Amino acid sequence: MSVDDVRHVAMLARLGLTDQRARELTQDLNTILEHMDVLSRVDTRGVNEASAFGAVAAVPGEEGGERGGMRLREDKGPPIPLAEPPEAFAPEMRAGFFIVPRLSTHEDALDESSDEESE
Amino acid sequence: MRQHTATSIAESVRSGEASATDTVARALTRAREIDERDRLNAFLYRADEQALEFAARVDADSAARDTAPLLGVPFAVKDNLNVIGLPTTCGSRILEGYVSPYTATVVDRLRGAGAVLIGKTNLDEFAMGSSTENSAFGPSRNPIDPTVVPGGSSGGSAVAVAAGVVPIALGSETGGSVRQPAAFCGIVGVKPTYGRVSRFGLVAFGSSLDQVGVFGTNVTDAALALRVIAGRDDRDPTSADLPVADYPAAKPSAKGAGNPLLKGVVMGRPKEYFPAELDARTAELCDRALERCRSLGAEVRDVSLPHTSLAIPVYYIVAPAEASSNLARFDGVRYGRRVKAEGEGLRGMYEATRSEGFGPEVTRRIMLGTYVLSAGYYDAYYRKAMQVRTLIADDFRKVFSGGVHVLFTPTTPTPAFPFGSRSDPYEMYLSDIFTCTANLAGIPALSLPIGRTRGLPVGGQLMAAHFDEERMFAVASALEESLGPDAHR
Repeated sequence: MSVDDVRHVAMLARLGLTDQRARELTQDLNTILEHMDVLSRVDTRGVNEASAFGAVAAVPGEEGGERGGMRLREDKGPPIPLAEPPEAFAPEMRAGFFIVPRLSTHEDALDESSDEESE
Repeated sequence: MRQHTATSIAESVRSGEASATDTVARALTRAREIDERDRLNAFLYRADEQALEFAARVDADSAARDTAPLLGVPFAVKDNLNVIGLPTTCGSRILEGYVSPYTATVVDRLRGAGAVLIGKTNLDEFAMGSSTENSAFGPSRNPIDPTVVPGGSSGGSAVAVAAGVVPIALGSETGGSVRQPAAFCGIVGVKPTYGRVSRFGLVAFGSSLDQVGVFGTNVTDAALALRVIAGRDDRDPTSADLPVADYPAAKPSAKGAGNPLLKGVVMGRPKEYFPAELDARTAELCDRALERCRSLGAEVRDVSLPHTSLAIPVYYIVAPAEASSNLARFDGVRYGRRVKAEGEGLRGMYEATRSEGFGPEVTRRIMLGTYVLSAGYYDAYYRKAMQVRTLIADDFRKVFSGGVHVLFTPTTPTPAFPFGSRSDPYEMYLSDIFTCTANLAGIPALSLPIGRTRGLPVGGQLMAAHFDEERMFAVASALEESLGPDAHR
C-alpha cells in the first residue's frame, strides 16, 4: 500500500488523516498485510466461503430447512421501544429530523440560502 | 482477595442472613476502593443510585425470594452493553454524552434472576485489543500484579471479579476477549456457542464472531450466569431456539455410581496449541491438568487441527472487515459526539468526527477492514479468508465427529505482559492465537485457572462442539475440583 492508497481507503472509510498519520498507517498496514500473505499459499479450490457459524452450522432445520436453530422475527412493527426519543442522544435534531451539514457537492447550487444547515 | 461466590451470596440473601442492599452497598464500596485507592481502573461508571434502588426492590420482593437464582448478587457489565439510563462509551471518545435508551437482553435476564448491576467496566476501545491499553479512559491494572495488563478487551470485568468486587460479570468475545483476561487474572471466563446468547443491546464489532460471555470466580458461578442469560431472544434473530441445560449441575456422562468422574469422556490435546516455543511452565501446568483429567477417568488423545496457524491472519481480515461496516454508524449524526469542520459540509463533519472520536487501534482496524473489502482486493483477502475460515471450522468438526468430546489447550501463549511491552500491532494480535479459533468456528470455549508461572495466573482452555456447553462445564468443574488450591499456585 502506498500513502496514496491509504488516503483513498481513508476517504472510503470517512476518516480524516494528517500527513504524519497517513505515513504511520501506511507502514502499520503494510506490516500487517505481509503477515496475511500466508493465506495466498493455501489451496482453497472447491472450498466454500464460511457462511454459518453456530446454530445454522450445527442444527438442521425443523423441516430440513436451512435456518436451523435460528428463527427470523416477523418483518413487522416498530422494532424496539426506546425509553428516550432520539432527541435525548442525537447531537442535533429539529422537528423529529436529524440535522446534518449540507452536502459539499450541493453548496454551490444554493446561492439563495443563508441557512447553513439543511434537513 | 477471594470472596463469596454468587451461589453463596444468593443463599444468604434468601435465608435472610444478609440483605441485597447491604451486599450491594459492600460491592459498591469495594468498587470505589479498587479504583480510587488501588488505581485498578476497572469501572468506567459506577451506578450507585440505580444499584441501591434495585437492591431495595429485591429485598422487598418476597415472591422472588424462593425462585430467583441470583438473589441479591451484585454484577458488572462491560461498557459495550446498553442499560437504560446509563452511559455507554465502548471505551471511546466518539460516544461521549450518549446515554442508552434501552437495555441489553442479557442484563434484563440477570436482573430478572435477582442480580443487581453495580456498574460498567473498562475495555479496549470498541473491544479491539488484548490488554485494555486501547481504552480512551486509560488502561485497567491486573489485581494479581498491577505492573502487568489484565488482558482484554473485557479487562475491566475480569478485574472486577478477580479483585473481589463482584462474583460474576459480563464481557463480550470476538476473538478471545473474555477467555484471555480471565486467564490473565486467574478467574473463569466462558465464550458460549455463537447463537447461544442474545446479542440484543451489545454494540456490534464483528457480527459473525461476537458473543456475550461471562466471568466468574469459579466454574459453578460462571455456569449459573450463563444458564440465566442463554436461550432464544426474539430481538436477536441470530439467537438459537434450543433448550438450555442446567449448566451448574452438569455432570460428565459417567455410567453408574462408583465410576471415576470423567469416565467415558474423550479429551483431545491438539498439538498445534503446544508449540516448542510455548512458555515451559505453561506447558507443564497443562500437562498436570491433563494428568488430573486422566486420573479422573478421561481418555486423552493427541489430535491435530492443521489450519490453526492460519487463524490469526484470517481473524484479522474478517474481524476488521466486519468492524469497518459496523462502525460506519458512528458518524456524528445519530448519537454521541459531533465534531464540526468549518465550511466542509457533510463529509467534512464525518471525517472530523471519526478521526477525532476513534483512537489509533480502531482507526487501524477500520482502515484494514475497508481495504480488504475494497474493489480489487476483496477476492485476495476477504473471500480467501472466509474460505480458510471454512477449513479451520472443518478441523474442529472432524475432531469432534471423530469421537473427541472436549479439547484442552493453554488459553494464551504467555501469562499477562507488562504495560507497553507490545507496541507492534501484529505482536499484540498474536495474544489471541489460541482463542480466536473458537470464534472463527462458532464453538463454545472456557478458560479456567490451572496454576501460576512467575507468580502470574495461567489459564487452561476447554473447547467443545457447537451447543455442547454442558459437557464443557462438566469437565471444567471436575478439573477445578481436582486441582483445588493448586489452580492458584
